[in-house]
Amino acid sequence: MWRYVVPLIVFATMSGFFVVGLQRNPNYIPSALIGKPIPQFSLPSLTDPSATVSTETLQGQVALVNVWGTWCIECRHEHAFLVELARAGLPIYGLNAKDDRGAALDWLAALGNPYVSSGFDPEGVAIIDWGVTAAPETFLVGRDGTILHKHISPMTPQVWQRDFLPLIKEQCGASGCTFLAAVGGQ
Amino acid sequence: MTPRRQRMMLIGLVLVGVVVSATLALRAFQENLVYFFSPTQVAGGEAPERAFRLGGMVVEKSVQREPGSLTVHFVLTDFANTVPVSYTGLLPDLFREGQGIVAIGQLQGETFVADEVLAKHDENYMPPEVAEAVAKARGAETQ
Amino acid sequence: MIPELGQFALALALCLALIQATLPLLGAARGRADWMALARPAAAGQFVFVAIAFGVLEYGFLTDDFSIEFVALHSNSALPAFYKFTAAWGGHEGSMLFWIAILAIWTMAVAAFSRSQPDEFVSRVLGVLGIVSAGIIAFALLTSNPFVRLTPAAFDGNDLNPLLQDPGMIFHPPMLYLGYVGMSVPFAFAVAALLTGRLDKNWAKWTRPWTVAAWVFLTIGITLGSWWAYYELGWGGWWFWDPVENSSFMPWLMATALLHSLAVTERRGIFKSWTVLLAIGAFSLSLLGTFLTRSGVIISVHAFASDPTRGLFILAILGLICGGALLLYAMRARYLEAEGGFKLVSREAFLMANNILFVIATGAVLWGTLNPLIIDALGLGKISVGVPWFNIMFLLPMLPLATLLGVGMHTAWKQMAAEPLLHRLRWPAAIAVVAGIALPLAIFGTTSVLTAVAVTIGIWVCASAALDPVRKLISRTGGPLTRAQLGMCLAHFGVGVFILGATVASAYNLEFDTSARPGDRIQAGGYEFVFRGLRTANGANFVADEGEFELRKGDDLIAVLTPQKRVYRVQQTPMTEAAINTNLARDIFVALGEPLGDNAWSLRIQVKPLIGFLWLGSALMALGGLLAVTDRRYRLIRQEQAATNAAAQQTIGAA
Repeated sequence: MWRYVVPLIVFATMSGFFVVGLQRNPNYIPSALIGKPIPQFSLPSLTDPSATVSTETLQGQVALVNVWGTWCIECRHEHAFLVELARAGLPIYGLNAKDDRGAALDWLAALGNPYVSSGFDPEGVAIIDWGVTAAPETFLVGRDGTILHKHISPMTPQVWQRDFLPLIKEQCGASGCTFLAAVGGQ
Repeated sequence: MTPRRQRMMLIGLVLVGVVVSATLALRAFQENLVYFFSPTQVAGGEAPERAFRLGGMVVEKSVQREPGSLTVHFVLTDFANTVPVSYTGLLPDLFREGQGIVAIGQLQGETFVADEVLAKHDENYMPPEVAEAVAKARGAETQ
Repeated sequence: MIPELGQFALALALCLALIQATLPLLGAARGRADWMALARPAAAGQFVFVAIAFGVLEYGFLTDDFSIEFVALHSNSALPAFYKFTAAWGGHEGSMLFWIAILAIWTMAVAAFSRSQPDEFVSRVLGVLGIVSAGIIAFALLTSNPFVRLTPAAFDGNDLNPLLQDPGMIFHPPMLYLGYVGMSVPFAFAVAALLTGRLDKNWAKWTRPWTVAAWVFLTIGITLGSWWAYYELGWGGWWFWDPVENSSFMPWLMATALLHSLAVTERRGIFKSWTVLLAIGAFSLSLLGTFLTRSGVIISVHAFASDPTRGLFILAILGLICGGALLLYAMRARYLEAEGGFKLVSREAFLMANNILFVIATGAVLWGTLNPLIIDALGLGKISVGVPWFNIMFLLPMLPLATLLGVGMHTAWKQMAAEPLLHRLRWPAAIAVVAGIALPLAIFGTTSVLTAVAVTIGIWVCASAALDPVRKLISRTGGPLTRAQLGMCLAHFGVGVFILGATVASAYNLEFDTSARPGDRIQAGGYEFVFRGLRTANGANFVADEGEFELRKGDDLIAVLTPQKRVYRVQQTPMTEAAINTNLARDIFVALGEPLGDNAWSLRIQVKPLIGFLWLGSALMALGGLLAVTDRRYRLIRQEQAATNAAAQQTIGAA
């Protein structure tokens, strides 16, 4: 009579392992550049070709650098959240990679522009220096001009809370940041 | 021989057969378990003599082909340590610099000689085992 | 507007599936004919709305509607039309909708072809199918909605993964899905039997054709996948014991055991609870496969992108459906037992050995596939199980099985004397042993013990399977073989052919990497390869370097081979398109590697003898199954039943 219960027990045991197995998959991939200074780059601005977005632009502030393109479908998922963060006062700079200027400008006009400015990188040369392999990717840069964190795949409120906020609070610490409260810092 | 004895003998034979098969199976299993090591572990001398899997990111600008031969050299990293790898043969299509790959082979001296190089076929370009090794290496570094 | 219609249709399908899942089962338990009568209409309604949903998705693909995120991710305006159609199952969300559609088709088939069965039983079967449908549709709507919109729409799509832009991809997933989703039918029959508390030969008679039909599709699907990997991935391998492959293979092994076990239950009314367990197991392994490939819990070069939330949901469904069925089994199976003896030399004994060996093989593959997960979950490290282990553990039960197969086919039910049996098989045995050792030596010059044994067994199976048809042909006594018997002989013959193909292709495979410049001549395996040169080729959505090779044997030009190294424009990913020259005796394979500088290119050349037997053997297996399913006795039963029903009507009318 007990032999009929055996299959159920085997199944239950297997399921137990599966549940554990599912919890054990970290999906974040650190970058070689974490802790290192921002790479040297200089790109024309997307909106105003006479202006530049470069290493100098990012110095001395806590900011996000977001890699995007109109061809990047996944980027849509994070765009609204980025616009929200930008509205709260967080500086976000874009790296528009492998894109068409006209299409990119239309995109921003239609979906909203969260970027202080976007560097236009149609050949994808700057993103190689940033170690970018896919989009969307978002970097957190610190006051001292080093890269504090990199996130691949769309930015979500959960990722923001878990990975970015603690680092931002550290950076903003003593001098405080104007946007900190608005983005959930206090 | 009585039927009872026949049956006992049959059961006995079956049991012996099962034990022998199980032992052989387990031994074969052990021999064919391929363990995964990260560049940090290899640098730390943890890697075994026999074949194992080495995973990491292909370091940018590290891929070099021996002129006139099918041998290619590149460097794998988990952002804490690196291992030079050499492979003779055709590389998979998805192999490129900056990509996470897994190589299967043996350590010969300082170089990992790969028999097989695997790259993953979907939008996640780093095998989870490599990602975890990298995360561990990062954790060790910050401590 | 239209994509929302698709989502709405799917939601309606869910409602109908929930009705189908609950009322008929309750109705059967309480004897309420009106509730039971809801089963077929609910199934039909669900089918209609699922078809609408799938149609909407395909419409989105075919009209380049890049406002649908899934279309934007997997299609492109330059993509050829039939790939736009097949792109619907080229990603997770679409393939789940496809899964649902296939399940709806099977449900409709069961609803349509079960008129002669008692209502109580049919409503239970459809009810169980409804539970499965409801679970999977809920999963799709909640975690994997293919109709998610992009506003504003994307300008163009990301293009379909180049690996999937291939004729084999049109048929492989549909066949595979028809197969392992089809396993839900015997599963539903088994659960219905447990719920009813009764299981007789009639049950087996009805479950068997559904099982064989699903098995045929699964066989074709796995073969197509293997064949596709062989020529598309460019490296000449055809089976890698990869977790995704194993996920479709394990249901196949269980299904094969099941259809043999059903034969015993149909004939002798024994092995009842065992058959039920196999039916539950086969579908559980199908669902397990779905879980493994989509949850990210198993590391594989073939897996879909992983997502732990989805994984948990599928696991929950798996738990509910399989756990529920196994719980029912634990409680009710003991009431299904029956008496019936058989001797050592009898067909039942051989079929029992068949089942035991299949279960051992399945267990070994399952163990090897899950072990990395278990070790990781226990925190003991990251491992993978090497291919040699799978090969050993699979061959160990399978070679004896193939040997027994040859004998079991000719053994009578209940009991048979050993001498007449052995006497009957003397010619096949003799041919096998002699040819098995002589042929490899004669053709290839060398052999190993394992190769000789395997070739002998392969020839043995072929000869034994051909014995009855050949004897009938020669002596012309007795009636013709029924389709079922002919199907069995053909399928088993296919097994033998497959064994020969697998053995010879593995043992005598010639493969090497080399480099060549235009003008070079390479000698291999008795052939000469002349590298004529390189040029650029253009496809609809790719650009390629194309090499031109002359394949020569002696002075004869056999073929001109043109392997390509493609780069698909949108995704910028490189793809090797190997050139293959095929005939039944061997395949010749040339694949381009990369430019080595100085006008030289790296190449892989392979000569693979008898690899065609793999596909031929599998095709014969599938054909044999198809013959068996269309046996006269199923039509006869329906006619009988219809006559009985008509007579019953008349009696009622007269009264």
